[in-house]
Amino acid sequence: MIDIVNAITLLANYIIVPSLAYGSQLALGALGITMVYAVLRFSNFAHGEIMSFGTMISIFMIWLIQSLGISIQPLPTALLALPFSIIATIILLLGLDKVVFRYYQNQRVQPVTFMIVSVGVMFFLAGLIRFFIGTSKKNFDDGERFIIKASEFKQITGLAEGLSIRTTQAITVIVTLLLVTYIFWFLNKTKTGKSMRAFSDNEDLALLSGIKPNQVIVITWVLVGILASVAGTLYGLDKGYKPFVYLQLVLPIFAAAIVGGVGNPLGAVLGGYIIAFSEAFITFAYKRFLTYLVPEEWAPQGLVQMLSTEYKFAVSFVLLVIVLLIKPTGLFRGRTL
Amino acid sequence: MTFFAGKDMYAGYGASMILNGCSISVDKGKIAVIVGPNGAGKSTAMKALFGMLPLKKGSVTIQGKDIVNLRPEQRVMLGMAYVPQTNNVFPSMTVLENLEMGAFVRFDDLSRTIAEIFELFPILKTKQEQAAGELSGGQRQQVAVARALMTQPKILMLDEPTAGVSPIVMDELFDRIIDIAKTGVAVIMVEQNAKQALQIADSGFVLVQGENKFTDTGAALLENSSVRQAFLGG
Repeated sequence: MIDIVNAITLLANYIIVPSLAYGSQLALGALGITMVYAVLRFSNFAHGEIMSFGTMISIFMIWLIQSLGISIQPLPTALLALPFSIIATIILLLGLDKVVFRYYQNQRVQPVTFMIVSVGVMFFLAGLIRFFIGTSKKNFDDGERFIIKASEFKQITGLAEGLSIRTTQAITVIVTLLLVTYIFWFLNKTKTGKSMRAFSDNEDLALLSGIKPNQVIVITWVLVGILASVAGTLYGLDKGYKPFVYLQLVLPIFAAAIVGGVGNPLGAVLGGYIIAFSEAFITFAYKRFLTYLVPEEWAPQGLVQMLSTEYKFAVSFVLLVIVLLIKPTGLFRGRTL
Repeated sequence: MTFFAGKDMYAGYGASMILNGCSISVDKGKIAVIVGPNGAGKSTAMKALFGMLPLKKGSVTIQGKDIVNLRPEQRVMLGMAYVPQTNNVFPSMTVLENLEMGAFVRFDDLSRTIAEIFELFPILKTKQEQAAGELSGGQRQQVAVARALMTQPKILMLDEPTAGVSPIVMDELFDRIIDIAKTGVAVIMVEQNAKQALQIADSGFVLVQGENKFTDTGAALLENSSVRQAFLGG
């Protein structure tokens, strides 16, 4: 019996808790991508760099706040910096919209052209970010590191396996929960949110109903700015900030959005967790887990790992291919908010 | 003076002209029906009246006031409403949300208008929490008309409201349209089912190649032997 509890604790420590945090970060990212897709009808490859930009601003603000001697121990200073990062990211997006995206919108270009434009924006932002903050890794998770340490957990429960929950993981999950709840409330209960869904559903009829496209587009970018800067900052807080990593992050985020049904917000959120959990479950070494559960003589010799962790991105792609082959619309039918 | 009129309208896409001096008019509480063969410019005339297609020549007036330079959304504010032939609901949104979006330009209390609409289309009341895209064709047309009514328009324009619905549903829709007209709304509609539509029409406009071929009361057009032969199948 105690072995089963140990096995479950092991899974919780190495898969469930980290995947909940990582899944939340992917979910927020995918939600941003899905909103751009649903309203503006293009795949925004610059989203990873937008997240990176938000994180960069957060770091600058953290440095500034720290130098002023302000702190909210035991919570990380990042929470104080977040509002500034959100505002800066929104300004960046509205600027990009005005200077770049709106031009192509008015030309009514093909979605493919739009996608290439977003790739251009991605490279531009990537360069800009490296110019300002450099390429080295920055850790900015000041504050209390653990809510519960593995050793403490062992002491309290008397189990052989420990369960550690880092503050950043808890913050990630809580902030995601709040933000996602807010976004869903906004889309489903407010007149402005409903008008966004209407616009995404049937653009021509939205115009006939007096819904102003400009207003919808601006609000979309505002929401995307909030989502992207929060997602980026939370990811950086949890795993450290390295501009180069955010370029790769676009891949699992897109996989999450597509697996869930691109354009569907609920799908994007679920997709984020699906990708995170599958990455963890497939790259986890089950040796210790099985040792707890099977008789001693059956205990595995090898690691019992399906795929080495370096290949975790492959998991999202395999999942993506499977979904596109079996259910091309994603889990939820997409295209609309 | 007629309440709402498009006079001698010339319009088209690019170089090709589709409307060649066509005139449509309707009074408050009356139903005007536009009929004609395929490609006669019926839907184009509607678009021109609503400002979705710029006129090359001619005028569109409400109570004698020229609105030809106004954009469609500005005409909505003046009390015009338009129901397109297809894609005329927000499919993923509930019936109630469709109604709310129809009233997007209004900032007052909608509950009375919604109650009136549910009285007119009782079936929508029972389906108000269902997504409009999941409804049957006839019900979806009702949602489309109801959405347009949410602005409490003075002029309601319907582009083939009975396209693709069964004859029974068609009769019901026509009854509802008569009810709407009785409340003082000017109704203009394009119809494929010319015979049935002219029966409820106060005035009928038979378009051929973008011109008025016949203009008369609905009853008179139904009696007219050349109209019957050419357009109503004898």
